Amino acid sequence: MTEAVLSLQDAWLSLDGNAGRVDILKGISLDVEKGTSVGLVGPSGSGKSSLLMLMGGLERATQGHVSALGRDLTELDEDALARFRRDHMGVVFQSFHLIPTMTALENVATPLELAGAKDAFGRAAEELAAVGLAERQDHYPSQMSGGEQQRVALARAAAPRPDILLADEPTGNLDSANGQAIMSLLFDLQDRHGSTLVLVTHASELAERCDRVVSLSDGKIASDDGAATQAAE
Amino acid sequence: MLGIAFRIARRELRGGIGGFRVFLTCLILGVAGIAAIGSVREAIRAGLESEGATLLGGDAEMELTYRFAEPEERAWMDAKALAVSELVEFRSMAVFGSGDAVENGLTEIKAVDESYPIYGKATLEPDIGLAEALDGEDGLPGAVMAPLLVDRLGMEVGDRFRLGVQDFVLMARLESEPDEVGGGFGFGPRTIVRTADLADSGLLQPGTLFETAYRLKLPSNANLDALEAETEAQFAGVRWRDKRNGAPGVERFVDRLSSFLVLVGLAGLAVGGVGISTAVRAYLESKTEVIATLRTLGASRNTIFMTYFMQVGILSVVGLIAGLALGAAVPFAFAPVIESQLPTPVIFSLHLWPLVEAALYGVITALIFTLWPLARVENVRAAALFRQAADESQRVPRPIWIVITVLLLALLVVVAARLSGLWMLTLGAAGGLVGSFLCLAAAAAVARRLSRSAAKSRIARGKTAWRMAFGAVGGPNNETTPVVLSLGLGLTVLAAVGQIDANLRGAIERDLPDVAPSFFMVDIQPGQMGAFAERLNSDAAVSDVQSAPMLRGTITQINGQPAREVAGDHWVLRGDRGVTYSAAPPDGTNITQGVWWPEDYAGPPQLSFATEEAEELGLSLGDEITVNILGRDIVAEIASFREVDFSSAGIGFVMSMNPNALAGAPHSFISTVYADAGAEPQILRDISKTFPNVTSIRVKDAIDRVSEILAGIASAITVGALATLVTGVVVLIGAAAAGTYARTYEAAVLKTLGASRRTVLVSFAIRSALLGAAAGTIAILAGAISAWAVMTFVMDGDFVFEPVSATLIILGGVLATLLAGLGFAWGPLAKRPAQVLRARE
Repeated sequence: MTEAVLSLQDAWLSLDGNAGRVDILKGISLDVEKGTSVGLVGPSGSGKSSLLMLMGGLERATQGHVSALGRDLTELDEDALARFRRDHMGVVFQSFHLIPTMTALENVATPLELAGAKDAFGRAAEELAAVGLAERQDHYPSQMSGGEQQRVALARAAAPRPDILLADEPTGNLDSANGQAIMSLLFDLQDRHGSTLVLVTHASELAERCDRVVSLSDGKIASDDGAATQAAE
Repeated sequence: MLGIAFRIARRELRGGIGGFRVFLTCLILGVAGIAAIGSVREAIRAGLESEGATLLGGDAEMELTYRFAEPEERAWMDAKALAVSELVEFRSMAVFGSGDAVENGLTEIKAVDESYPIYGKATLEPDIGLAEALDGEDGLPGAVMAPLLVDRLGMEVGDRFRLGVQDFVLMARLESEPDEVGGGFGFGPRTIVRTADLADSGLLQPGTLFETAYRLKLPSNANLDALEAETEAQFAGVRWRDKRNGAPGVERFVDRLSSFLVLVGLAGLAVGGVGISTAVRAYLESKTEVIATLRTLGASRNTIFMTYFMQVGILSVVGLIAGLALGAAVPFAFAPVIESQLPTPVIFSLHLWPLVEAALYGVITALIFTLWPLARVENVRAAALFRQAADESQRVPRPIWIVITVLLLALLVVVAARLSGLWMLTLGAAGGLVGSFLCLAAAAAVARRLSRSAAKSRIARGKTAWRMAFGAVGGPNNETTPVVLSLGLGLTVLAAVGQIDANLRGAIERDLPDVAPSFFMVDIQPGQMGAFAERLNSDAAVSDVQSAPMLRGTITQINGQPAREVAGDHWVLRGDRGVTYSAAPPDGTNITQGVWWPEDYAGPPQLSFATEEAEELGLSLGDEITVNILGRDIVAEIASFREVDFSSAGIGFVMSMNPNALAGAPHSFISTVYADAGAEPQILRDISKTFPNVTSIRVKDAIDRVSEILAGIASAITVGALATLVTGVVVLIGAAAAGTYARTYEAAVLKTLGASRRTVLVSFAIRSALLGAAAGTIAILAGAISAWAVMTFVMDGDFVFEPVSATLIILGGVLATLLAGLGFAWGPLAKRPAQVLRARE
């Protein structure tokens, strides 16, 4: 059996809102194998993005266990989680989340710097060139289009060669041409670096490009086309 | 258009005024500070006005120098007044004990008659009547004395002491005298005796420096103007004052100080203005999407502008009303404290004028600081909806708004200058503020540029916290300019106040020559000079004695014209000045122009005038100066100018005449005595024993007294600047709070990328320190220049840069920015990245 890079066991996520406590995720158990790509699909509010946040340690499970590369994320404090992401994960968001006070180059160089990489800016420049933005490296986010901003975000996520790439509807804010370009880049990066990719998307055609599609509904896994494969193996 | 704008504005305000807390606080504090200063000023004025007669000691006062009223003058007073009280005031030494245990103390004697006081009452301890106290006991006349001097001499009620050669019994401690404020500045604590009891004291001799005052109780229908005019026309050398202005010195002082404090308050309002501007800008930036949406729906530029102008206007009115209420209430709340600190009666009530004044300042300031950010909403286009950041809103507003802002600024300066009456100071203060503003804006631009370069440079590479900090300071849409401006202006005002405070407190000590005399001895009779000089010159501990004859005279005319009309309100023309005479120029005299008269000169009176003062008065050789000495006009021609150094604490006379000019005028001598500190007590004892009429003023005591007064002024200015400090802190906290949203987001992204909380925190700290340092550096410079200007042009003093207070203020500023920055960083750091980032999806 292939090694599980991400593993969730009976993971719950409950949040306190104005209307009381809401269970967002209800006992998710899921293993993601190394080098594979998993598409998380489901209607709005089904818990796709929350599940991705749990996987990235950006959100803490209320109950159950979430582990990545064998480390139990639920036992790590905020700083340990940050270090873990720095060394092993790259995250891409629907709203890009670039730091507005930094240029494209600086945004991409930041995770490399945080990891103590020697030639952070050289590598950042290469990553930007790889996403076709060699000419825009001194531009601020506010000076770029949405597609360009997402390419910078992609370069930033991929620059440290992460073991795990998490992408939360990366094309949600883009037109179809830009969206397709971004997805090609994303899968290309995954192939090149051998990363494990978890992709949250609304678009079924994008999910189908993944090795496995997990469908969520009301905070639970409704279907998982990889589960049968796993069971067979 | 106005209707729809108003409706939208009202709907927007329904969401609460959370974003306007800093705006309101700044406006309220600024307006309240100015209203409070004005209210206290009016309360003091009202007190002075209603208690004028008591403060003066009568409905009117006629004052004479070195003489009593002539019979015809007294007859005039008796004819006009219901009652007349005669007072004599002079300095002398109170001597207690005998032999080696003798104690001497300088005292300001007030010798009174049976009618004193016409109004009010002296408070004594024990609680007996003044008349009873002055009657004395055991055949000796009585006296009452200020507690300070009683304690200094080690006396008890019932002890005997001497004034001149007359013994008195101390009957009571003088807790308060009704007319003490009207008298003005005195070097020694008060002793009250009866004039008749001084007849055998040997103190009131020809040439003694004393003043007499005749207090008149007038019928209620007396025409004060007519009486004043009659006095001036009939009697030479008589100075008239009446209850309409019972304590002119105090009133003038209060007026000047409060005007100065209003300017300090305006500086506070300017600091607050930056906070106001920042708050409005932050609010409008948060409204970019709403504005863009409204634009999409067809709202015109004017509608958008009016919508937000109305919102800010409504909140400004709220802030103004709250500020005025607070400013009017503060004097009431602190009434007991204010009353205990002031020597004058204070009548607290709701004074309208200071509130109008504060409201006017508030409205103009609010307009100046809100128009710019408000005008920029016109630049927001519908396209902003499709961009992450709305760069258009950062553009400079249309020229019309810039012109209006500049006009409002000019209006503020004119209003401030007119209301304070201090044109030069206001223009200077306005110039200083605008200059500081421009310097700080430039400093912010430089800091941004340097940080931008530093972020890109190799030095910062690998040092993530530093590079993030540089990036934040130098990047777009950041808090650099508002923080540097608000913090810098606040620190500039504080640095200036700190420098002024240190300079005022240190002025006397600094200006004192290395070798200052130990004593000034006055009222030495000409016949005593031989023995006096012998006693001192034979004392090995005395290094030098300088003596000169002294008379007092008032310059009344210059070349036959009233002196003040010719030369204005110069200190030399205010009241009487010392005049001396000498056949030959004293040793070391530096004559700068003209020649000294021959030793045997017997012609018409000639005069040597102090060079610097003569230049200020516009005098030239040959000018005729009329000096009134003891009621006699002496017209002397200026024969020479000579250098006089008043800062040496030696004997310095503005005017010296040829001996013949003053022949026959009764006068005494003044001496400065330079002696070892250890020998001072013995010299004091000997002189007061041998020459009981001679008054010895210890220079150290006099310096302490003046220093106390300067320290008092410095404290008032510092307290006045407190409003600025509080506003500065609020603005700072506001700026830090305004950045919380951006920092929270930044921290979340950085944590997602793998930054530890420590790295993020260090980066935030570096950022705050960079901003604080930029603001502080300019503040030291601008503060020092402002303090120099105030010390030089307002206080007529020297300026010395005082590094300790400057450094402390700047370090305080940096620390405050750091703490405020870190205080508001705590929240962002504690939040989970997912919560923050999801909220922005």
